[in-house]
Amino acid sequence: MAEFLQFLFSGLTVGAIYALIALGFSLIYNASHLINFAQGEFVMIGGMATVFLAAAGIELPLAALLAVLLAVAVAIAIERLGIAPAKGASVVGLIIVTIGASILIRGLAGIVWDRNFHSLPAISGEEPLVVMGATLLPQSLWIFGVTGLTALLLWFFFAKTLWGKAMMAAAYNPLAAQLVGIDTRRVVLVSFALAGALGALAGVLITPLAPTHFQVGVMLGLKGFAAAIVGGLGSGLGAIVGGLVIGIAEAMAAGYLASAYKDAVAFVIILLFLVLWPSGLFGLRGIERV
Amino acid sequence: MRRLLGSQHGGLAVLVLVVVLMPFAFPNNFYFDVAINVGIAAIVCIGLNLLIGYAGQISLGHAGFFGIGAYASAILTTTHGWPPLLALLAGIAISGSLAFVVARPILALKGHYLAMATLGLGIIISIVLSQEVELTGGPDGMPVDPLTLFGFEISGPWTWYWLVGGTLILVTWLALNLVDSPIGRALQAVHGSEIAARVCGVDTTAYKVLVFVLSAVIASLAGSLFAHFSGWLTPDEADFLRSIQFVTMVVLGGMASTFGAIVGAALLTALPQFLTVFQNYEHVMLGLVMVLTMIFMPRGLVPTLALRLRGERR
Repeated sequence: MAEFLQFLFSGLTVGAIYALIALGFSLIYNASHLINFAQGEFVMIGGMATVFLAAAGIELPLAALLAVLLAVAVAIAIERLGIAPAKGASVVGLIIVTIGASILIRGLAGIVWDRNFHSLPAISGEEPLVVMGATLLPQSLWIFGVTGLTALLLWFFFAKTLWGKAMMAAAYNPLAAQLVGIDTRRVVLVSFALAGALGALAGVLITPLAPTHFQVGVMLGLKGFAAAIVGGLGSGLGAIVGGLVIGIAEAMAAGYLASAYKDAVAFVIILLFLVLWPSGLFGLRGIERV
Repeated sequence: MRRLLGSQHGGLAVLVLVVVLMPFAFPNNFYFDVAINVGIAAIVCIGLNLLIGYAGQISLGHAGFFGIGAYASAILTTTHGWPPLLALLAGIAISGSLAFVVARPILALKGHYLAMATLGLGIIISIVLSQEVELTGGPDGMPVDPLTLFGFEISGPWTWYWLVGGTLILVTWLALNLVDSPIGRALQAVHGSEIAARVCGVDTTAYKVLVFVLSAVIASLAGSLFAHFSGWLTPDEADFLRSIQFVTMVVLGGMASTFGAIVGAALLTALPQFLTVFQNYEHVMLGLVMVLTMIFMPRGLVPTLALRLRGERR
């Protein structure tokens, strides 16, 4: 039991991180029907920028905030300089633009920062809590808390504020939204900015547990995407549940089956879902988008 | 010259001419090395272009099939002592049947979902290759025996050059004929509008499966050649970034242009080799090329240039 609980804790922890990343995918997908393959790079920027700003003598909380702002700026730049000019490109074309942007960002990070692994101190120490024989790091609690709070804030934003409702309208029917005066271009821009912030937040939170590196965004991004599809692309609740499902499945597989194949779990799940249940757990709309 | 370039078979003649004449201008073995790597990448891209450019189906996992071919050749010849040709055919059989099995469910997906499915498949293959240490040597890689064909060992830059060059010409010829055949027209109909194609009686699924398997088999063949040529094989050859590089070559050269695929492969393989000064900037350049191509030349180099040339002549 203690063993199972241990795996569950670690699964929930990474799962919450995947959920934050998946939320970014879903936000952008809703606003522009686009998959942003550079989402993982926001996570990398969150971790790496915090590390290097802190090393330059800036207080950790401020460094983290600046790192999130940097990711937001990069996200906006991707939209303005990459996606917007390529308007009208095919789905394949847009996939290539975002993958290109992610490779470019990764390359720049490797040059501007470095190619080593870096860690951050945990927010409230490393002293683990013992729960029914399993240990739980305080950082995990921070991750649950921040992810939960973020999810609540996002729900509030989309359900209760005019801006959020405008964004939902633009997601359901861009043309109709434009007709009632919603600036859909700005909606896309805001969704990129939010996705950048969510990704960077995930990066700041996970770095104390899993060291960051200029290439760390590739796998984290792809797993976040897998989580978004499992939950149903475009669904906020789905992104969170999908993230937790992938995180727990990964931790269980690593614990009980073979740790070497931990990274493959997300992709096996994603293939099964795509083939058997492509609309995902909470996806409502059909997947055929011609 | 224009007529020559205009018709597809004229293009093939130009390719043969370039392949035959080029090595006589090579100052040293390094050029052979680069040219052979270009040829191998070009073979993959011609197959991938049939899928992406003509049938309009993206694959972000073709390095997986390249890797299967490469490791089939490496493991079967080096560890089990099979004749290389048989190992190569076994690699083709494995890649082909895997592609065939996954093609129907995967190709029923569209757009981002198809991208994710092929990407997942490719990543699973590359994880297996790097984790099955006893079989593949793991991330450190494994040695590969030299290629022998009919008792004749392929070694030295010239022999390898002619082998890869010959294979490239053969695959190009095959692709050009396929594109010009009823199958090719059916594929382009699928690309244009799958629904319209289906209404016209085209069995779109069968054609998509066919071209997916064909492109996987071609990638596997190239992988086998690569394994023997390089003599040392690591799982990097099958990873996600490699898949992306193949797709970028196709898109840069020009989707739906067989010669574009070759040009794209040549540029993206050769440039980093000659611009070693920029080695640290390789990823930056690859990323920039991808973004800028889609913004300024969404049709790719060869079709864009061809259009411009034709426009000026008029």
